[in-house]
Amino acid sequence: MFHVHKRYGSHIALADINLDVEKNELLLINGASGAGKSTLLKLLYKGEAASEGQIIVGGMNLSRISSGKTPFLRRKFGIIFQDYKLIPGITVFENISLVLEVAGNKPSYIQKKVKSVLRMVGMEEKIGSLPPSLSGGEQQRVAVARAIAGGPDIILADEPTGSLDPNSADTIINLLTTLNSQGVTVIIATHDQSIINKTKGRVCYLEKGRIPRPRPVEFEKKPAITI
Amino acid sequence: MEFALYYTKRAVKDFLTNRFLNAVTTITIALSMLIVSTFAIFIVNINDIMDSWKRGVRVMVYLKEGVHEIQIPEIKRKIIQMPEVGEVKYISRQEALENMKKEMKRQASLFENLKYNPLPNIFVVRMIPSAQTWTKVEPLAADIEKIPNVAGVEYGQRWLGKMTGIVSIFNVSGIVMCCVFFMASVFIVANTIRLLFYSRREEFEIMRLVGATDSFIKTPFYIQSAIQGLIGGGLGILILFISFMLLMSSVENEMVSGFVQVRFLPVSISAAIVFLSVSAGLVGCYLSFKQFLNS
Repeated sequence: MFHVHKRYGSHIALADINLDVEKNELLLINGASGAGKSTLLKLLYKGEAASEGQIIVGGMNLSRISSGKTPFLRRKFGIIFQDYKLIPGITVFENISLVLEVAGNKPSYIQKKVKSVLRMVGMEEKIGSLPPSLSGGEQQRVAVARAIAGGPDIILADEPTGSLDPNSADTIINLLTTLNSQGVTVIIATHDQSIINKTKGRVCYLEKGRIPRPRPVEFEKKPAITI
Repeated sequence: MEFALYYTKRAVKDFLTNRFLNAVTTITIALSMLIVSTFAIFIVNINDIMDSWKRGVRVMVYLKEGVHEIQIPEIKRKIIQMPEVGEVKYISRQEALENMKKEMKRQASLFENLKYNPLPNIFVVRMIPSAQTWTKVEPLAADIEKIPNVAGVEYGQRWLGKMTGIVSIFNVSGIVMCCVFFMASVFIVANTIRLLFYSRREEFEIMRLVGATDSFIKTPFYIQSAIQGLIGGGLGILILFISFMLLMSSVENEMVSGFVQVRFLPVSISAAIVFLSVSAGLVGCYLSFKQFLNS
């Protein structure tokens, strides 16, 4: 991200953001509610367009890709939300297979892949369940399975533990760090300080839409961010 | 092919999931198409009747009193040279009287006191098939009337002109009716699809987030609308066909036979109505998407 700004009318959501994320990196974006964490993630998958500045993802300049190409950009990402964003009327299998269907995979491959990702997150036995019948932690594990099913280069997790109890939150963070250790770039936006403290990774602190300098003392122990 | 099958499966699944809404829409389309096809069957048969009447169009050319027999071939030659004329038959006044006597056997006494033959010599002129339209009869009659020794021209079915006008009004009203019911079907499908869109708004958002293209989201809806149109149109035609068969089996012998053979819609028109119905579904879906995306 190079000198990225995001404005909603007169409100400045992000101002002059410069950020590099290396391949296979685990980046934690921390800040209070309203600091601009979710907006920053949305800019990455083109859920929103930047008002100013350049964003380059895997060599693609987002300001230059057409809306018709946006779906193909999004297939590079696996996105996890605080509210899971699972389709309630279809089964766990169908929710996950959707990612593979949009990419045009064959049914036989989809069957195998969905089972394999559900096994990874320990949800294989819930393959035929509807999301509303699952607990919050289980739904988030399904969301993680969906995020990794398409074999993404980058996983974006927006407050992935925000609605979970501590045990479930640990499970999700462990899953994400495991994926990172397997070579996937992971970006987690969270306001939860305990996650920041427990997780090995670079931290980017956001304050009122800016990356402040000098950074707060409590983050001194973390590796420095490239600005 | 694989993708077409995939999208069709998704469309059928969606169709069955929202079966009540889809059934209501399909039945409404069927009723619209039933009205359109009823009107079409009426127009087809009215036009058949008109065509059969038009095929009988003949021009009677009355010759002047005192025209000599040797002048007849010349008059005939002039008539037959006209491009619209197919066949010319000469009937002398004696022959006409004999024919009349044969046809009016029961009133033969009427002719007994006849002091002279009041009938004129005539030519019966039939037109070539392509000229058997009302617009061509009138100028032809006027041209024949200009030939020397022709006393007058009559084309007994002058009323046919007025009927042609009435049938034209029917034809135009038929097209207007088709347009009205097409629009109604479009409106109905558009509303159904819009309801489905709104109920699945969140689902579409999620699909987009996982990389679904617009066509991935839209295609099943287009297929679903086409299915509604296909079933609706087919059902409309089927209901009309069953009603037609029931009606014909009860009235054919009493009213219709001997007049003109009433027929069901030709396959081409039935297919056109089904096509119209499918198009209504697709246009409705398109309009719905446009409105939905704008909102």
